[in-house]
This record gives sequence, C-alpha cells and structure tokens, in this order.
Amino acid sequence: MEHYHMNLTLKVWRQKNSQASGNFDTHSVKNISSEMSFLEMFDVLNEQLIESGKEPIAFDHDCREGICGACSMYIDGQPHGPWQKNTTCQLHMRAFKDGDTIVVEPWRSKAFPVIKDLVVDRGAFDRIIQAGGYISVNTGNAVDANALPIDKKKADDAFDAASCIGCGACVATCKNGSAMLFVSAKVSQLALLPQGEPERQSRVLNMVAQMDKEGFGNCTNTYACEAECPKGISVANIARMNREYLGASLGSED
Amino acid sequence: MTWKQLFTSSLGKKFTMAFTGFFLILFLIVHVTINACIFLNDGGQTYNTVAHFMSHNWIVRFLEIGLFAGLILHIIQGLVLWKQNRDARPIKYYSNKPEKNSTWYSRSMGLLGTLLLLFLVMHLSHFYVGTKVALYGGDQPHNLYNEMRETFSYWWIVAAYIIGVIALFWHLMHGFQSAFQSLGLNHKRYRPIIQAAGLGYTVIICVLFILMPLAFYFNWLA
Ligand code: SF4
Ligand code: FES
Repeated sequence: MEHYHMNLTLKVWRQKNSQASGNFDTHSVKNISSEMSFLEMFDVLNEQLIESGKEPIAFDHDCREGICGACSMYIDGQPHGPWQKNTTCQLHMRAFKDGDTIVVEPWRSKAFPVIKDLVVDRGAFDRIIQAGGYISVNTGNAVDANALPIDKKKADDAFDAASCIGCGACVATCKNGSAMLFVSAKVSQLALLPQGEPERQSRVLNMVAQMDKEGFGNCTNTYACEAECPKGISVANIARMNREYLGASLGSED
Repeated sequence: MTWKQLFTSSLGKKFTMAFTGFFLILFLIVHVTINACIFLNDGGQTYNTVAHFMSHNWIVRFLEIGLFAGLILHIIQGLVLWKQNRDARPIKYYSNKPEKNSTWYSRSMGLLGTLLLLFLVMHLSHFYVGTKVALYGGDQPHNLYNEMRETFSYWWIVAAYIIGVIALFWHLMHGFQSAFQSLGLNHKRYRPIIQAAGLGYTVIICVLFILMPLAFYFNWLA
C-alpha cells in the first residue's frame, strides 16, 4: 500500500464537563502519515495542544487493538469512522486524503451523557449487565472442560454474540438511540448455553427493564446498528431477544 | 411481570406495533380484493353487492370495531414511539450519514404514517361516512360504485390518492418484514421468503389500489 503524508483540518467537539454546553474547535495537523491510526493522529494533535499551552482533547481508549470497545468517536457522521466492522483505534489514516476536513463528535444519546470532550459515560451498559448478564456457578472444583456437551451451532452463535465489545456504536448510530443490539447480544450469549438456563427468564425481563429505565429509545428495525457494529453482531440476536422476552413475559409468574 | 409492564415496556410496544400491523396487513387484502370487483367491468354490480354485504353483515360489523381499535392503537403507539425516540437523543449530530447504514424509508415510518393518517381522514370522509349515512338514514340503496366514479372525476382527488398509496407502499416495504422481526421471526432460511413475500404483497396491493382512481378518471370502466 502506498505510503503518503497529509495535512488535515479537524473539527472536534470540546466540552469542559457534563454541565457545560460545549462547542466545536477547529485544529489543523500537518504531515500525518497514512500508516498512523486515527488515535495516533489524535496523540499528535494533543502533543501539539500541550506544547502550545492548551488543554488536550479528552478521548476514551484502552487496548488500541479493537477488542475493548473504549474508543468512542463519531467520525464524519459514522461511529468509528468510514470503515465497516472497525473500531476507531483500528481506523487508519489511509482512509483520508490530504486536505480533508474531519468532524469528530462524541456518542449522542441521553443515556450516554458526555463527561468531557469526546468521553461519554457508558455506565448504563454496566447497569444493564448487572441487572442480568450473569450466571450462577457452584463453588468447588472447576468443571472439566467439554464435560457439558453443547450443540456446535449453538456454541458458535453464542460465541458470535459474545464478541460484542460493549462499545456503544449501535446506540450512537441508531436514529432512536436504542440499545437493542447490545442487550440482545448479551441476552443471546447466555440464553443459548446450558449455563445460562437457570436465570433464562428473569435475565431477559430484568435486562430489558433496566434498558428501558436508562432512557434508551425504542428499536424500529432500521438495522443501522448491525451495519455499524465493529463486531458485526447480527440483528438475528434482536429477534431472539424478542422471542425470549415474549416467552418470559407471558410464561413467567413473577 | 404485570400486563401493564408488558405493554409499556420497549419490547411490548414493539409487539403491539407488530400485531396491529399484521392485522392491518390482513385487512388490506380484504379491502383490495373487494374493491378489485370494479374491474369485472359489470357497471359495479358485483362490487355493490359485496359492499352491501360488508356494510350489513353483523360479523363484519363486529370485526370493523376491532379494525378501528387496532388502527387507533397502532397510531397512538406510533406517536408514543416517535416522541420517546426523539427524546433519546436530545443533542443531534452535527455531521451524520444515516444513508450509509439504513434505508430512508425504514427511518421515516413516522412521517410516512402521518401522511397515511392524513390520507385516511380524507379517504374515510369520501367513502366511509357516506356509507354509514346511507346505512342509517338513507331511503334508497347506496351505490358505492357511482360514488367512486363521482369522487374520482376530480384530478386533484386522484392525485391525492396516488400520493397516499405511494406513502402506503414505503410504509409496507419496511413494515411487513419489520413485523416479523419484532415478533422474533427471523430465521436464516425463512428470512428471504419473508422479504420476497413482503415485496410481492406490497407491489400487488399498491398497484391495484392505484389503478382504481385511474380507471375511473380515464374512463376505462363501463
Ligand atoms: S453490539 Fe456491536 S456496536 Fe453494539 S456495543 Fe456490542 S460491539 Fe458495540
Ligand atoms: S481502544 Fe480498545 S477497541 Fe479501540
């Protein structure tokens, strides 16, 4: 792949804290390598800001290898930028050309309040997980691996659902700010496996109740979430959650 | 879980939209089939007979109550969804490219639904009210066929009907398959069938409906 350098204009959302109103700041960066990641480009920009005595831009990041889900940035109108099945840390500058202007915003959702600049509070996801994203396990010796036979197809589907990294891109891109893809991935992962059986009904009821409490919108099946999910989580999981919920709400006695 | 919790939860609202949507989808089949009798070209004889049966039969009249209840539920639930979903994102994006990840009509169900509601008000005032007045107060049998001919002799009414059916087309293009997904019916093997059936259903229903005002306006019928 051809290696080149570029000069860019960045229009970045700056917001002091969750109470402040915030606005866009324009910065320019020079001589950016096409082989840098988007976050490395932000590191360069932040160095620049620090050197000129300004406050660096706050953004979330951790693993920088596409597995933790921290790097939430809405880049040029899409979560994690223009590439499909990709996180911001894995977005490379070769996605842009010399002279481009790039708009970078935080996730916009009532349930994800902005803490500072591009950092949002995704605690709502944690509270949904606490409401039911667990299984009960006996204490004592660890069970032998593969002692419990599991249908290969189910194991694969559960694994696919489990690859959700909780990044929140589905919420960020959904026109309704709905968290259905995330919650359905977590519900599916456990509903498909025998280990998830004991809490199967209460789990889906409690997780959905918590999701509703957090102020996420309602799903209207536009499937934007699936298109933008960095892990390609399928909306078939949402259908599974709908089934689980319908069954649990009609069938359970509590 | 109480019934109230079920119906007011986000998923419960989805189920209500899907169930009432299915009901309306079935209704449209009945509606279009009966109206298609005008194409028999017998001066509306068959059509008037069936229409008379539909407005006098007690079972049909009873189902009609269900139809209105379902329709009103669909509308109210739709408005609630529209408001809640708008509130879920108080600050909009400065730059957003939804066209990269979803179809415009799947994102415009509220707008399409509102157009349909306006159309319905006009449509009911044209035909439903007249039928009911004739049923309870009229001294002579109601000739719905002639009423159609009369109504569709004005070009602006024909134009309004065409716009209404176009809104219906896009509403169904999303709504048909969406109702299956909402009820959890998403299966690798059946998904393509559902999608094809949705497309076929939508095209057939809408083409037939659009032909009706056109047929009267251009005098294709006896
Ligand atoms: S479903 Fe996809 S987009 Fe949503 S939180 Fe999980 S990984 Fe991120
Ligand atoms: S920083 Fe971990 S996924 Fe991007």
